[in-house]
Amino acid sequence: MAASALEKPPAPYDVERVRGDFPILSRTVRNGKKLVYLDNAATSQKPQCVIDAISRYYSQDNANVHRGVHYLSQRATDLYEEARHKINGFLGTVVGCETIFTRGATEAINLVANGFGKGFVNAGDEVLISHMEHHSNIVPWQMLCEARGATLRVIPINDDGELIMEEFDRLLNGRTKMVAVTHVSNALGTVNPVAEICRKAREAGAKVLIDGAQSAPHMPIDMKAIGADFFVAAGHKMCGPTGVGVLYGRAELLDRMPPWQGGGDMILSVTFEKTVYAHIPARFEAGTPPIAEVIGLGEAADYLTKLGMDKVAAHEHDLMVYGTGQLKQVPGVTIIGNAKEKAGAISFTMDCAHPHDIGQLLDDEGVAIRAGHHCAQPVMQRYGLAATARASFGLYNTRAEIDALIAGLHRVREMFA
Amino acid sequence: MSDVRAMYEQVILDHNKNPRNYGRMEAPDRIVDGFNPLCGDTLKVYLKFDGDTVADVKFEGHGCAISKSSASLMTTSVKGKTRAEAQALFEAFHAMLKSDHTAPVDEAALGKLRVFAGVREFPVRVKCATLPWHALASGLIHDLPEETVTTE
Ligand SMILES: Cc1ncc(COP(=O)(O)O)c(C=O)c1O
Repeated sequence: MAASALEKPPAPYDVERVRGDFPILSRTVRNGKKLVYLDNAATSQKPQCVIDAISRYYSQDNANVHRGVHYLSQRATDLYEEARHKINGFLGTVVGCETIFTRGATEAINLVANGFGKGFVNAGDEVLISHMEHHSNIVPWQMLCEARGATLRVIPINDDGELIMEEFDRLLNGRTKMVAVTHVSNALGTVNPVAEICRKAREAGAKVLIDGAQSAPHMPIDMKAIGADFFVAAGHKMCGPTGVGVLYGRAELLDRMPPWQGGGDMILSVTFEKTVYAHIPARFEAGTPPIAEVIGLGEAADYLTKLGMDKVAAHEHDLMVYGTGQLKQVPGVTIIGNAKEKAGAISFTMDCAHPHDIGQLLDDEGVAIRAGHHCAQPVMQRYGLAATARASFGLYNTRAEIDALIAGLHRVREMFA
Repeated sequence: MSDVRAMYEQVILDHNKNPRNYGRMEAPDRIVDGFNPLCGDTLKVYLKFDGDTVADVKFEGHGCAISKSSASLMTTSVKGKTRAEAQALFEAFHAMLKSDHTAPVDEAALGKLRVFAGVREFPVRVKCATLPWHALASGLIHDLPEETVTTE
């Protein structure tokens, strides 16, 4: 598409400068091979500013939060709460919604399955998930359904790896209490129409949890546009540290959900007869939280916001289009998941080599990909596979790195074909 | 040559491409399903005995080059052996893979199975190589008609 002369040319995305922010990208692996990190769906690398924020916290500001009158305790509390504001900004949080810090995306989903389940799901009710969910958005709902006598239903996917929306319409009914669907599939890269899902679920009287673990690192997130009741993200996949996740939820629902863990910080008063729980978000943040990690995640959100998630998305879209085109030219490669809208990951198989052997030979070239079932075994079963190879992109990857992947795949062919 | 290229010995590549004794067995005495939960690989080992001798052994399933070639070489190594001889081969193979990658290999005991010595440098792949053998070993000892073993 030719840019109109009237349009201001967009500021270019300087990927080389971005790469300079990530110290690990300049290290070598396997006897001096340049690291080509294409396993971002598993976890992203961390920019220096995030590493510094964590180290600064421990060297200058370390104290417990919400507990002391002393200087450092106040300082740590301020930094912790400031991180919450940063995350709210990153997600485009809506008034009447609250952000709760958890130990990960998995814990955030379990928190909702547990609390929402106890508060709102009864025998005969239904929970609707999709065929492309990560195990962490399947198993907690299975456990909930078992405990409450509810039924788990699954939205099927087509051969391209897209949700069959007519089936979703058909499955959604008056008994559906919760729809839990991923925003972006970690195994297929499919981007799901989450705003439409939320709107339809709302009309049917169901609540929605969107698993944003694979979307938050790759695209602008606007909770106003999505309209979800709950949204979860994983800190470590969006340039933040491990050990911290985000649960965003509607306060009106969170207020009516029983707490999930008991302990310090989540109470107003405790006697042996009765405990009065604190208000949200504290009610769902029992015990000493991962303070350094939360502060690091706040820094990561700031970093991403400054880069501009629209620019990150455009850059990664270019990698997706280029990577898909290049992969299709390698003889014997089949791409698993050909949704019209994809982000983050390309899964593929080769006729001559098992994904493990592909991964092993690529590793020998310094190219890191994932081989396996990607914690999404139902997706693998849908395609009659035990495993795929998956290259997943991040904001610092380049076309040259995709070329390195492709060169590696040609070597795989030389050895195995 | 890199360590990885050394691991993928020509013999391994050959058995991966043209696995011996591959496929279903009619009327086996034992079927053992081997499963590696880490990667989802599955493999079936069929055994037929003639008294104390492994009269026939076949395998089928999905697996990487290491597990497939290991299964293939295993079938060619144990066919015609007594249960005790097959068991001893399993133990020698297992001991080699568990040893340090610089440790000497007992070539007399292992014969052509020594081609898997290079796998020792890649600990995550050791289970690929031993999966078919665990299935075999289970089939040698137990009397169940069908069972499942896992690497975990
Ligand atoms: C789609 C999706 N949901 C949830 C998770 C779970 O994230 P975590 O393991 O960080 O809790 C992942 C991570 O692999 C994922 O890809």
